[in-house]
Amino acid sequence: MSANVPLAPAPEAPPEIRAAQEERLRKVWTTPSGWRYWTSVNNTEIGLWYGAAAFIFMLFAGLLGLMVRVQLAVPENTFISADLFNQAFTLHGTIMMFLFAVPIFEAVAIYLLPSMLGTRELPFPRLSAFGFWSFALGGVFVCGSIFFNAAPNTGWFMYPPLATDKEYSGIGADIWLLGLSFIEVASIAAAVELIVGIMKCRAPGMRINLMPLFAWYLLIVAGMILFAFPPLIAGDILFEMERMFDWPFFDAARGGDPLLWQHLFWIFGHPEVYIIFLPAIAIMAMVVPTFSQRPIVGYSWIVLAAVGTGFLSFGLWVHHMFATGLPQMSLAFFSAASEAVAIPTGVQIFVFIATMLAGRVIFSVPMLFGAGGLAIFIIGGLTGVMVALVPFDWQAHDTYFIVAHLHYVLIGGMLFPVVAGIYYYYPLLDGKKLSDRLGKIAFWLMFTGFNTAFFPMHFAGLRGMPRRVFTYPADVGWDWFNMISTIGAFIFAAGVGLVVIDVVRPKKKQPRCPENPWNAGTLEFIGSPDEKWGVRSVPVIHSRYPVWDQKDLVENISAGRYFLPDSQSGQRETLVTTVLDARPVQCLRVGGTSVVTIVAALSLGGVFIALTFHWWLVTIACAVITLGAILYWLWTGTATIPESDDYDVGMGVRLPVYASGPDSVGWWAMFITMVGDGTAYASLIFGYFFYWTIHDDFTGGHAGPGVFWPMVALTLFVIAWGAMLAARSLNAHDRPRLTQAALGVAALLSLGGCAAGLAGPFAYEMDPTLYVYPAIVWVVAIWTVVHGAVGIIMQLYCLARSLTGRMTARYDMDIDNVVLYWHFMVITAVTSFGVLGLFPLVR
Amino acid sequence: MRWIKEIETFWTLFTAPTVWALHFLVCYVAVAVYCAKQGALAMSFETMRWLLGGITVAALAVIVLSAWLAWRQWGFGTEVPPHDAPTQDDRRKFQGFATLLLSGLSFVSVLYVTVPLFFIGACQS
Ligand code: HEM
Ligand SMILES: [Cu+2]
Repeated sequence: MSANVPLAPAPEAPPEIRAAQEERLRKVWTTPSGWRYWTSVNNTEIGLWYGAAAFIFMLFAGLLGLMVRVQLAVPENTFISADLFNQAFTLHGTIMMFLFAVPIFEAVAIYLLPSMLGTRELPFPRLSAFGFWSFALGGVFVCGSIFFNAAPNTGWFMYPPLATDKEYSGIGADIWLLGLSFIEVASIAAAVELIVGIMKCRAPGMRINLMPLFAWYLLIVAGMILFAFPPLIAGDILFEMERMFDWPFFDAARGGDPLLWQHLFWIFGHPEVYIIFLPAIAIMAMVVPTFSQRPIVGYSWIVLAAVGTGFLSFGLWVHHMFATGLPQMSLAFFSAASEAVAIPTGVQIFVFIATMLAGRVIFSVPMLFGAGGLAIFIIGGLTGVMVALVPFDWQAHDTYFIVAHLHYVLIGGMLFPVVAGIYYYYPLLDGKKLSDRLGKIAFWLMFTGFNTAFFPMHFAGLRGMPRRVFTYPADVGWDWFNMISTIGAFIFAAGVGLVVIDVVRPKKKQPRCPENPWNAGTLEFIGSPDEKWGVRSVPVIHSRYPVWDQKDLVENISAGRYFLPDSQSGQRETLVTTVLDARPVQCLRVGGTSVVTIVAALSLGGVFIALTFHWWLVTIACAVITLGAILYWLWTGTATIPESDDYDVGMGVRLPVYASGPDSVGWWAMFITMVGDGTAYASLIFGYFFYWTIHDDFTGGHAGPGVFWPMVALTLFVIAWGAMLAARSLNAHDRPRLTQAALGVAALLSLGGCAAGLAGPFAYEMDPTLYVYPAIVWVVAIWTVVHGAVGIIMQLYCLARSLTGRMTARYDMDIDNVVLYWHFMVITAVTSFGVLGLFPLVR
Repeated sequence: MRWIKEIETFWTLFTAPTVWALHFLVCYVAVAVYCAKQGALAMSFETMRWLLGGITVAALAVIVLSAWLAWRQWGFGTEVPPHDAPTQDDRRKFQGFATLLLSGLSFVSVLYVTVPLFFIGACQS
């Protein structure tokens, strides 16, 4: 069902009705006070906390960076010990990449997207809150480790065998692996939220050719997260199994291979740099048109660049491994793709330049940071093209030249645009602008400081200074470069400090600026900082720059003349629209304020932290609490049967409140999550075959799981899947008893499948610590069985929903989503047990 | 090519880049496995280069087809961008144009990745 959208706003309601509407909206969207403030799930609060936390982590990492620079200022320095130095640079890189660069964009996206898309909320506000709390806890855990002299100390990419050596790396490596895995979960949660939000929750009329470019970029970035983070999670699992239980995945003596970690890390790591870079460019794609006072030139070209970069960035990872002795042809493929990615990157820069040339540029502080950042980024891009050439990289690899390259791209491509964004969007917080004067001074300090600090590193690197050395002798000709770098670093830090001062200085006396202070054409500035409802009414959009082109838009929105001007149900509501043309199809009730997200995040954090210290009982207790919290969250907050089937959303349109299957946002969320999950699984299977390629006999003469048990497991899972299909169809035909029976049978079959899945490796007494083959077999089997167990919980959940009348033929979202899960489950089971049982025979 | 119906979906945008990704993956995996297992295989490096060359031609053909469909969706360029009207027609033209651009990029990128096939004649020299 979908409604035709009336183009003109509805007639204005009389003032007393409007006041009553506003009263109701305010009540529904209110943020609690006192300690309960922290239970808020509103996108503006979550976005703000997320951003503030990421920024604070960044400042902390910055201090560590300064420590590193002080130590290197002069030769033979003894400012800090070698070990503390190792912890400092490892934590510096780790925090900057995982706790600042990625989360800050999630923060900005959660904060801005609803208003930019002209809507009230993202579809899963509680998921955002859950992500934030996970991130905050994981971040504090990782950062705090250095105060106990227990920080990771093997570099931000944790190469084995150094990082698997317990003597050397201590508990730091576990903190890295578990703390960051936890944060990766949060990132994937954010990706789900953003993809569904951008595709399904735009304002009516905002067709994909009218979508703000920021949303285009974020859509691509969220998709990249889905394919980039899971390989790292798979790698983390292998790594942690090696550290905790001595399974030899990366131990060459027992058939393992450290290179597998490098592959998994960089399949994540290179896309990661674009996951960081694209959102920053997305901010520029909003800022540049505003200050050129004209639409962007080449909208489609930006879409080309965003999508193109998103894809190509997955073909580059081996350029971090040029020196590892891979076949030259392989190196050449990656070198070629690394050069190709310069094309879309260049396109974006030319689009910005063209837009500025075509308009009349106002050189405000955000533009200053934006343009300065781009200039820096271009230098980094040029050195990137250089190191993407294999012979050059063999010279530059692991020297300060790389350090210079990566800081030019990261600071120019991400930090400067983020600061531009802070100056640009700050008025959204409390209606005040940051200081122009301080901003300009800060910019020049940062710009000159940065170049002073990092340009000389190119020369230090070319003169052979390796990265990650804690000191160096005086007579090799590196001392002056290092001294200059350290001075530059402090100038740069002074600039950052000035930005911080500008943000936190009291602004009580400063007068408010106009609501749309820069005269932007897109919708971010239409909300008022005093109201929590986002937009007063959800507008109908028919332009890329609606504020410029649609007459009286802002007045009509505030007068409540568009959709959802009221909340009669007393619940938080937003619209769901179609993917291509944004026709409204559903009125979605989203979750409100709740502690359950905090409980779930903290207990899940407990699982990871307890694992670090091998507190097994605490781990189990926390896992049980997490499961309980999530089930409670789903049971009380999702697939609720509405009081009536269709609902007045204003403008004379009525829409359904409940949707299931591909029409529902929940189905999409499940689908997207499972794509991410499937990617992690594919990475494990990649590992299995990787070991096959590097050995003549990859079993190393050890017994496999046999054929019988894997085939039993495979068959049982396939039948269980069939039972789920039957259950869904019976439910659709309104046969609740039979549905329940089918669900029960499916659960029993799955239980059998899980047992049979483990029986194979068990029966043949495969010892995972002896050799890598038994270890990888166990990992694949356990992965599959754990997914089977989750599948059983879902089956029982549906059973309970059906028994309590919460799931019926008409209201069948739960079973649709669970069957979707089972589609993925059956693919996993067939692949796993097929490979484990049969591949040893056919190889 | 009337026989290919126009499909109304978001996903066609990604056709050409996906072909690029598959082509890249096939080339990478083929070489990696070949070079790891060369002892066990009765195939020369030369043959593998030709095979990958054939796959490259196929990939390019699919990309050209996707480009042609996109060109058609764009109305063969009868109207120029920006395609920013709030109509279904302009939305389609926008999709067509963006897909066409992506096909171009993917075509060039496949060629980039093919260059090593011409110049490198052994696993390790
Ligand atoms: C044209 C674009 C780019 C190319 C061709 C390129 C190429 C490279 C290469 C070949 C290396 C590895 C050098 C070595 O370790 O020997 C490298 C390192 C790195 N690049 Fe880039 N790069 C590009 C853009 C970027 C961007 C946009 C970012 C981030 C926003 C980035 C971040 C990094 C980082 C973090 C490292 C260092 C990783 C490490 O070893 O710790 N690069 N780049
Ligand atoms: Cu890279």
